[in-house]
Amino acid sequence: MSTPALRLADDPSFGRPEIFHREASGHGIGGPAPKRIVVGYGFWIFLLSDVIMFSGFFAAYAVLFKNTAGGPSAHELFDLRNTAAETGCLLASSFTCGMASLAVGQRSQKWTQLALLATGLLGLAFIVLEVREFTGLIGQGAGPGRSAFLSSFFTLVGCHGVHVSAGLLWLGTMMAQFSAKGFRQDIRHRFLCFSLFWHALDIIWVAIFSLVYLVGTLPPELLP
Amino acid sequence: MFGKLTWQAIPFGQPIPFAAGAFVVLGMAAVLIWVAAKGYIPYLWREWITSVDHKRIGIMYCLLAAVMLLRGFSDALMMRSQQAMAFHAPGYLPPEHYDQIFSAHGTIMIFFVAMPFVIGLMNFAVPLQLGVRDVAFPTLNSVGFWLTAAGALLVNISLVVGEFARTGWLPFPPLSELTYSPGVGVDYYLWAIQISGVGTLMTGINFVTTILKIRAPGMSYMRMPIFCWTALASNLLIVAAFPILTATLGMLLLDRYAGFHFFTNEAGGNAMMFMNLIWAWGHPEVYILVLPAFGVFSEVVSTFSGKPLFGRRSMIVATMAICILSYSVWLHHFFTMGAGGDVNGVFGIASMIIAVPTGVKIFNWLFTMYGGRIRFNSAMLWAVGFMVTFVIGGMTGVLLASPAADFVLHNSLFLVAHFHNVIIGAVLFGAFAGYTYWFPKAFGFSLDERLGKAAFWCWLVGFYVAFVPLYVVGLEGMTRRMQHYDRPEWYPWLLVAGVGALIILCGIGLQIAQLWVSIRGRERRREPTGDPWDGRSLEWSTSSPPPAFNFAVLPQVTNDDPYWAIKQRARAIGHPVTAEPEYSAIEMPRNSATGFVTAFFAVVTGFSLIWQIWWLVILGLIGAYVTFVVFAWRDIHEIEIPAEEVARIDRANRAARAAALRGEPAR
Repeated sequence: MSTPALRLADDPSFGRPEIFHREASGHGIGGPAPKRIVVGYGFWIFLLSDVIMFSGFFAAYAVLFKNTAGGPSAHELFDLRNTAAETGCLLASSFTCGMASLAVGQRSQKWTQLALLATGLLGLAFIVLEVREFTGLIGQGAGPGRSAFLSSFFTLVGCHGVHVSAGLLWLGTMMAQFSAKGFRQDIRHRFLCFSLFWHALDIIWVAIFSLVYLVGTLPPELLP
Repeated sequence: MFGKLTWQAIPFGQPIPFAAGAFVVLGMAAVLIWVAAKGYIPYLWREWITSVDHKRIGIMYCLLAAVMLLRGFSDALMMRSQQAMAFHAPGYLPPEHYDQIFSAHGTIMIFFVAMPFVIGLMNFAVPLQLGVRDVAFPTLNSVGFWLTAAGALLVNISLVVGEFARTGWLPFPPLSELTYSPGVGVDYYLWAIQISGVGTLMTGINFVTTILKIRAPGMSYMRMPIFCWTALASNLLIVAAFPILTATLGMLLLDRYAGFHFFTNEAGGNAMMFMNLIWAWGHPEVYILVLPAFGVFSEVVSTFSGKPLFGRRSMIVATMAICILSYSVWLHHFFTMGAGGDVNGVFGIASMIIAVPTGVKIFNWLFTMYGGRIRFNSAMLWAVGFMVTFVIGGMTGVLLASPAADFVLHNSLFLVAHFHNVIIGAVLFGAFAGYTYWFPKAFGFSLDERLGKAAFWCWLVGFYVAFVPLYVVGLEGMTRRMQHYDRPEWYPWLLVAGVGALIILCGIGLQIAQLWVSIRGRERRREPTGDPWDGRSLEWSTSSPPPAFNFAVLPQVTNDDPYWAIKQRARAIGHPVTAEPEYSAIEMPRNSATGFVTAFFAVVTGFSLIWQIWWLVILGLIGAYVTFVVFAWRDIHEIEIPAEEVARIDRANRAARAAALRGEPAR
């Protein structure tokens, strides 16, 4: 024990977490990480937990897929054209969200707002398409109460839709914050979280698109 | 206008629920009036309700757990007295009330006693042990606490307005579906757990981030105290398991509210899916509770044996092994439900394998004590009592893990005795050990030892007297949750079990007396150095109670037991090892009412969802969103504590420690 056990305040790295963090990278040596890292990391953990929640709904869908109770099956119901349009909107909105990140990096209020507006409109279009699909299904007697299969379908896809809707609310709040408060550091951190959220919803949609719609429209004889 | 809510929801005609409800309402009203009359409300609002200080939030969690323990324990007393009376007789609790009592007992004890207690201890101790000033997200921490409290409040509202679930602590369908449980009981359960579950998830995210990203410089993973490791494992499990609970209960809610068919008997629903999903959360939940308790015991055993923990690395490996294995055993909760011999065999063996890392831990604690200079403080008594009790509970668990034995024992009181054996013996004893151990750190004075030891002995003896008879009647074939019975051979055992519950009641009474006596004599019991137990980890290196900023200067960690090393050197040279640091101002997060206001709207929304008062649901949700925006609009996030204030607090503590070094030996 020859080294002093307490590091003194006159140490050059005191109060400068970025120095500790550089020392620490990859070695788990500790020292508080910078705020941006902490915020992003925490939000990633949240996203992982959200993915686990979705995995519960995916599992329920897989279990109940064939439990149509004499009602319509996936093959009879799904319309891939609508799904393609939804997918296009959502992927494009991820692109514009990425553009917004670049604009924030450039501190350009105009382009930030424009890119976020485009993101919001594309997200809204997605929601409109989804609501139209859902009301169409309910209209032809294939609502969630018809069979366990449809219950799990509406819940899985609807849960994603609720996430997108909440994202739209958040996006509006983000635009208002940028315009009222400017590119303050804490607001940029929040925007980092928002963009992670938005891209994560895309990833979940890719899973829904593949496992629900593409598998669902396969000819029944190809399904196990 | 008020959905399903009418005056009939209040049980005017039923004397027992009405009296209990009136007692709770009057009690709460009396406390509120007393607080208001004494003029404490501004203080409580400023210093506690809006506090984002992890220590205060931790204390509030423990307080919530203690209050709810009284509620859950009174349910236990009612069950034991009912079964003591209901031999060839109806007893005093009608079946529909008895069913609510055992459901509420389990729900409260797991979600609103065990969870808040371990989360409270983690909140209080983890940042201090990591040598940092706060958790990663202080306001989120406050929101998480208040949402947990909101869930607890909803469960208690069900006592007065309406009813609680009659389905057991996990609402298995199809019993919990609308067809068989048309009342609001299951809805109370579901919304209370959903709301508090969100709060728990927030805690999980917060602590994983804190432990992995915010530690004192030099504190590598292998140097983290074992309690922090167990907290990390527990919070990883929260993050990975609670979303499954949310999804599962969400499906049940959709079944009940919107006519979906996830778990119904009709239209292709699959009730077995609920079993799989709920236990995929439920088994990890067991380890969410018990791992932090293992962490507390590791700290306590090491401190009171005056030795570093034996086999630190193996302890860490065992903790993380349990963390992972906990996801591979869920099916042992329903061996009898037709999965087949192969599947049962795999899960049976997996369940037995979990006993291996747990056994490693037991040996680590024993070898830590071996050759140590043990002080039998009451925290240490809880630890030793735990080791004996937990080994017994673990062995009955391994017995139940054998599918063949489980076919005989499942759903019997043997099972009930088993899980109380591990949950009381490990989680609750761990919580009490942690409470005793960190109380002087939290408040600056220690708890009365004599009463603490008496409480321990009442709990230990009472536990065995109450639960060994349940093992016996379980082996004699008595199933759980029986409102009445006519088998004469069970009757004497159930009387003995009732006596056991009364002995535990004495233990609880002694704990209340201990708290009372200790607070009354606090001036005499003050502990100026902040290190009453001759501790080893960083929380003992700061004053008691710790200042808002925890550490005037972030400590630099160079080994496993950092504070012990500092003390050893200081004792060798006879004065503190470090010169007084240059103090600078410290920025701390500003208080925020966000948590409290969010929880208020959560209660409003939850209550109106239960009674289907839709306009109020919308108002509640709008309120929650507005709260979020108001918080987002805040410009000032931090307050600055001036350097002179930091210096004043730290100098006083340094002086006390220097005096202790010169004069009195460490207690």
